[in-house]
Amino acid sequence: MKTDIILSGVGGQGILSIAAVIGEAALEEGLYMKQAEVHGMSQRGGDVQSNLRISDKPVASDLIPKGSADIIISLEPMESLRYLPYLKEYGWLVTNSRPFINIPNYPVLDKVNEELDKLPHKVILDVEAIAKELGSVRAANIVMLGAATPFIGIDYDKIEDGIRRIFGRKGDEIVTMNLNALKAGYEVAKQIQTT
Amino acid sequence: MEKHLFLGDEAIAQAAIDAGLSGVYAYPGTPSTEITEYIQNSAVATERGIHSKWSTNEKTALETALGMSYAGKRALCCMKHVGLNVAADCFMNAAMSGINGGLIIITADDPSMHSSQNEQDNRFYGNFAMIPILEPSNQQEAYDMVYDGFELSEKLGYPVLLRVTTRMAHSRAGVVTRPMREENKMNCPEDGRQRFILLPALARKRFKSLLAAQDGFVAASEESPYNQYFDAPDKKKGIITTGIAFNYLSENYPDGFENPVLKITQYPLPKKLVVRLVEECDEILVLEEGFPFVEEQLKGYLGIGIKVHGRLDGAIPREGELTPDSVALALGKEVKSFYSVPEVVEQRPPALCQGCAHRDMYDALNDVLKEYEGAKVFGDIGCYTLGALPPFRAIDSCIDMGASITMAKGAADAGVFPAVAVIGDSTFTHSGMTGLLDCVNENSPITIVISDNETTAMTGGQDSAGTGKIEAICAGIGVNPAHIRSMTPLKKNYEEMKQIIREEIEHKGLSVLVPCRECIQTITRKKKAAKQ
Repeated sequence: MKTDIILSGVGGQGILSIAAVIGEAALEEGLYMKQAEVHGMSQRGGDVQSNLRISDKPVASDLIPKGSADIIISLEPMESLRYLPYLKEYGWLVTNSRPFINIPNYPVLDKVNEELDKLPHKVILDVEAIAKELGSVRAANIVMLGAATPFIGIDYDKIEDGIRRIFGRKGDEIVTMNLNALKAGYEVAKQIQTT
Repeated sequence: MEKHLFLGDEAIAQAAIDAGLSGVYAYPGTPSTEITEYIQNSAVATERGIHSKWSTNEKTALETALGMSYAGKRALCCMKHVGLNVAADCFMNAAMSGINGGLIIITADDPSMHSSQNEQDNRFYGNFAMIPILEPSNQQEAYDMVYDGFELSEKLGYPVLLRVTTRMAHSRAGVVTRPMREENKMNCPEDGRQRFILLPALARKRFKSLLAAQDGFVAASEESPYNQYFDAPDKKKGIITTGIAFNYLSENYPDGFENPVLKITQYPLPKKLVVRLVEECDEILVLEEGFPFVEEQLKGYLGIGIKVHGRLDGAIPREGELTPDSVALALGKEVKSFYSVPEVVEQRPPALCQGCAHRDMYDALNDVLKEYEGAKVFGDIGCYTLGALPPFRAIDSCIDMGASITMAKGAADAGVFPAVAVIGDSTFTHSGMTGLLDCVNENSPITIVISDNETTAMTGGQDSAGTGKIEAICAGIGVNPAHIRSMTPLKKNYEEMKQIIREEIEHKGLSVLVPCRECIQTITRKKKAAKQ
């Protein structure tokens, strides 16, 4: 088992909270992992990414080589495209559809969507809208994690356990809300994966 | 034997605690900040009373760490690569005095300049000071080399420099920890006056001792379990890796190496192992994260002898961090992408946060400076450096910590008017105060803006040494209190701010403006914490 994941987004969106749950689940499974993060200047609203590598054998490089990422998980549609050179030929791109516009020259969204359409394997969903329906916009990241779960190579219930462990100290209500968010994202992706 | 998921920085911090650390001294700087933060947040460290408060700058940090070492205890000093420039005076001379309690100095280098103004490779500093250097290849080694490093420092009698780079500092992996050791007892050195008073006559003796210690340092490298030789059948080429370059090489040979490999993680170079590789192979490829440090040593000035490939002949790009791909290309392997970045993707540079006080400061300053031809604004290191970017385009320079004030002075000496300096509160206390005294002594006609957000913001909101006392510090240094002007940078105060800025630019002498409003990030964090 070996899964290479690129997480991307805009500084402040919280891609690292997604990585934290996956990491927790991987560690509990006894898997090896490495996760390179971005700290510092770009966290101020710049483009950010994290390389997350999980394997049943020791992982050598902290960075993912080009053309070998199994999944790109992105909280922002244009940002998901920035890392395409790293995606495997039949890799999955899982992205939020809602743009984060903090630059004056953000492209016309249709042009971004055209590029997303060209990819063979993708899940595109509005995680904020789904999270809002569930009652908490703050769970948007976990909706995203749910949508990526079918492709991570760790069982769904292990990811659920990861959420329980990470959010446990915040109380049952928060845990339940995040579990619902995970499920909502997961169901969207499952449907796309099987059709 | 517990396994934890640690950032490289956290592995270093936990190892230091476990090795019986008594104090960490540091100034925040990416990618080193998390080491000290981890110790500040560690329950065990708090219980033990391990010192972990931030220092005013890297020089004060290293001197304080040396003082703790003098008293026999184990000390850690952490900084980003450019921080060692600030601490260099103490660094060079701590190699002359040697240490008493174990002293490890961490340099966190930033090749590719993710969050820095240069990509200097501080292994050169280690060589310059002639002390041992450690450069772990992964998080577990970072832990083990720090844990054992204090003992190494004490055994050799010298400080040890440990170098990590961004990808080690800020990458997580599983780390197995070791049993926690007791702290050293306080024990000042009996021969302290012979070693720590570097008067010329004594310093000459100390330098002879340092020179005599070199063979022992090489022997320590040769015996180090972290310097490893991997034999392989194809001797046409031998490969040397340093630090994390080993991981990128391994990534390219998942089923084992085809050529002999020498993995270096401790310096000075392990001579016996290098000689063995050179004798067994026809040519050498050097893979190192940073400058061609090993490559230059092997090649020498004339470049005669065995063929050496690396950054100098373009086998690896001369600049930037290594990647598994740049290493693959150096090995003659194919790198293949199936998709390219679509043209529609635009750059997304970092920016000042919405609601940030620096924004209001720059808006007011820009408006006033429009009234003058030839105004120059000398910037400094911090979030407000982002004032260089649109929509502000407000600064003309950003060189090093504190340079805003002294560059403005030099430019004013040359006739520039208005000459304005913009510096943050933490950077001011780090390296701006001495330059301010130069300005006071000549009543230099410059306007200094100390944009005070009451924190060290860029690195994540650490305590700032001057919080609540910026005006008092300026007055104490000798700035005329009538020209120390405080203000609250908010939209509703624009006209008042602009009036003050105008008045002080027109003042024929030194002025200090202190726009003060707390960082929006730290406020949000405090509110969140209060809610929970």
